[in-house]
Amino acid sequence: MAHNNPWPDEGNTGHIWDDDLRELDNPPPLWWMLSFYAGFIMIVFYALYYPTIPLPGSYTKGVAGWTAMEEYHEDYKILNDWREKKFAGQEEQLAALSVEEILQNDELKTYAVKTSKVLFGDYCAACHGSGGQGNPNFPVLADDDWLYGGKVSTIKTTITNGRQGNMPARGMMGNLTDQEIEQVADYVIALSQGRGEDTSVAAGKGVFAKGMCVACHGPKGKPLALTGAANLTDSIWRFSGERDQVIKTITYGVNVKKNGELTADTREAVMPSFKGRLPNADVNIKRLAVYVHSLGGGQ
Amino acid sequence: MSEEPKSNSSTGPVKSMLDDLDTSNKNLQHIGVEYLTVHTEGTVHAKRMPGTFRSLKWWAASVWLFFFFGPYIQWDGRQAIWFDLEGRQFHIFGITVLPQDVWVLAMILLFYALLLAATTAIAGRMWCGYGCFQTVWMDVFTWIEEKVEGLPNKRMKLDKEPISFKKFRIKLPKWIAWGLIGFLTGFTFVAYFDPALDLWSRLFTLDWTSTETTIILSLAGATVFFAGFLREQTCIGFCPYARIQGAMIDTESVVPTYDYDRGEPRGRMKRVKEGEEAPELGDCIDCNLCVAVCPTGVDIRKGQQFGCITCGLCIDACDSIMEKVKKPKGLIRYASLAEFAGKPFVPFYKRPRVITYTSIMAFALAAIVYGISTMSPLDVKVLHERAPLFVAMSDGSIQNKYYVKVVNKSDKQLDAEIKVSGPEGLVFIVDKVVHVEPGNVGTATLLVRIPKKTLTEQNTDVQINVQDINNPEVKEIYNSMFIGPRIR
Repeated sequence: MAHNNPWPDEGNTGHIWDDDLRELDNPPPLWWMLSFYAGFIMIVFYALYYPTIPLPGSYTKGVAGWTAMEEYHEDYKILNDWREKKFAGQEEQLAALSVEEILQNDELKTYAVKTSKVLFGDYCAACHGSGGQGNPNFPVLADDDWLYGGKVSTIKTTITNGRQGNMPARGMMGNLTDQEIEQVADYVIALSQGRGEDTSVAAGKGVFAKGMCVACHGPKGKPLALTGAANLTDSIWRFSGERDQVIKTITYGVNVKKNGELTADTREAVMPSFKGRLPNADVNIKRLAVYVHSLGGGQ
Repeated sequence: MSEEPKSNSSTGPVKSMLDDLDTSNKNLQHIGVEYLTVHTEGTVHAKRMPGTFRSLKWWAASVWLFFFFGPYIQWDGRQAIWFDLEGRQFHIFGITVLPQDVWVLAMILLFYALLLAATTAIAGRMWCGYGCFQTVWMDVFTWIEEKVEGLPNKRMKLDKEPISFKKFRIKLPKWIAWGLIGFLTGFTFVAYFDPALDLWSRLFTLDWTSTETTIILSLAGATVFFAGFLREQTCIGFCPYARIQGAMIDTESVVPTYDYDRGEPRGRMKRVKEGEEAPELGDCIDCNLCVAVCPTGVDIRKGQQFGCITCGLCIDACDSIMEKVKKPKGLIRYASLAEFAGKPFVPFYKRPRVITYTSIMAFALAAIVYGISTMSPLDVKVLHERAPLFVAMSDGSIQNKYYVKVVNKSDKQLDAEIKVSGPEGLVFIVDKVVHVEPGNVGTATLLVRIPKKTLTEQNTDVQINVQDINNPEVKEIYNSMFIGPRIR
């Protein structure tokens, strides 16, 4: 700051640095000031028009009644209308054709698969995993092992009506002893490894017949019909394949009820019906059936 | 303007114009404001005169004619140079570049960036002086101005006149010509993106899209604004390259330079009266023609400066005067500072900077040649399904799922057959032969199964071969990964 301003007449503010660097008191250009004032006036209209001032527990609503949510819903509706219009043809075809026909039509199949991802995430992934990879004690959908059949029409039936697993505790008659259960457990584990004829598990093989396991699981451990009984000869387990877990399954069964209630320790295996759960169930079940079929194991 | 150096020059050789600054009294008049080598007296109306560099400038400018004719060249039933944004492909004669190959365009960019650096290091702002569209359009615009309004003196007089109908009538043809050139510039630019002939026909049916109209009109406006009104102020105050290039010049770069030792002390030659002694004068007769012809209004005699675009027009002017006063040409000439310091001339291929720049250029050029020669008509991308990474199948094998995306970069239909090779026992299922139209993408779902016992590691290499059924030479191998359970 200089007490003696060497440039008294040039209209500087008297702020001087480095000997000669000084601040001039030039007004901003007129156009700039005008837009500055226009900005102030704009604020008043803006504050009246839009929600602006916070009040205790509320806020001024503005004369236009505009809200962000409303705008979002309007925009969403525009997008959704556009989507419905654009894909109306495909949706009609999905409704009119059977699942087998959809599977034959490459373009329609791609459409069904692509529009199923969100639906699958919302309704199926909680149990079956986001990509159909399953969860402990919930079936994998991406493999080629099916309890009720891997044809697309069967998958559709499964989704529509749901499925309920069923296996009595301690054999069909409920009369297997703990020792017999251990023997038959060893036998089915050997079966899955392709060693079913080994002499070491011959005792278990006898129990397998005595407990009438054959009725559902088939004489060789392979069900004769796809009725929900697990194939015991392959390397995929419906529940765990660990020995103590296999023993648990045989001991307590699947969905065993007493007085209308599930018994303790019994395996739960229930797939609910999605007929009433899905919006627009007719089309969406077809869509999901095609999607599940495409996950990697469809037949 | 020329008073200051003169006063000191008699006392000894002048090193820099800053030596001449009188800094004892500091006010706006005496802190060297006049040395800010910017023309501050309104529009520069430069004198035009013939010469070597004038001709060179026209030749360099004529290269831009290709820009205007470019969109009308046809190739194979389409526009030869066509950046088809909607179809996401770039056609350059026989070559079609898809966004996947856009790195080649990046290499072209690198090449030209380094070309700019190399030419600047060798011979100063050659781009600014001869090549730049700002310089060229401005040159053409002022040429038109001279045809319409007359020589610089007349134009300056006209500019000072108050607004009148007469003034408007004189200037109108110029504005029309400028506007037409501006319009053609904007139109031609857009014509590289939307085919030119179609754009013309849609002009007459008033069928341009709003995007086209906006871009063409704003480019037309910008052309007139920059080349007609802002002119040299663009180079001085707007253009970042001008500043960057200023920093790229070194003491060995040859740029238009005033030979200070030869020219000073400057002064007009006078007839010597009897009894008087002739003053000792240099070769510069202080005619100021070098300033009058300068399109950016600088005085080259103050040395190389940021307003100078090194166009050489002052050389033409000075040479013509030297010829008249019967002195050797080259008082202003392309010379380096090192030359004046008496240092030997280093050939440009021995200068480290030039070598560095050119080797990067060579790299970029090699990359461009490689990129264009190996550009496959087929592009394959494989996405591995992540949820689940793998699935155990009932027969004890492990299954992986892939999505194979096939991009058809050729101009023929493609039917891609997908095969997989890998460890023994590998089985693959593809849901279809991918049919892809030119410029499109097709996707196939691929399932690969490998028996668990043949997997020795968690990750196994597999090769996905994609081949066009119609044209078996078109094929691509994609190396992918097969993921299995952790091996215990």
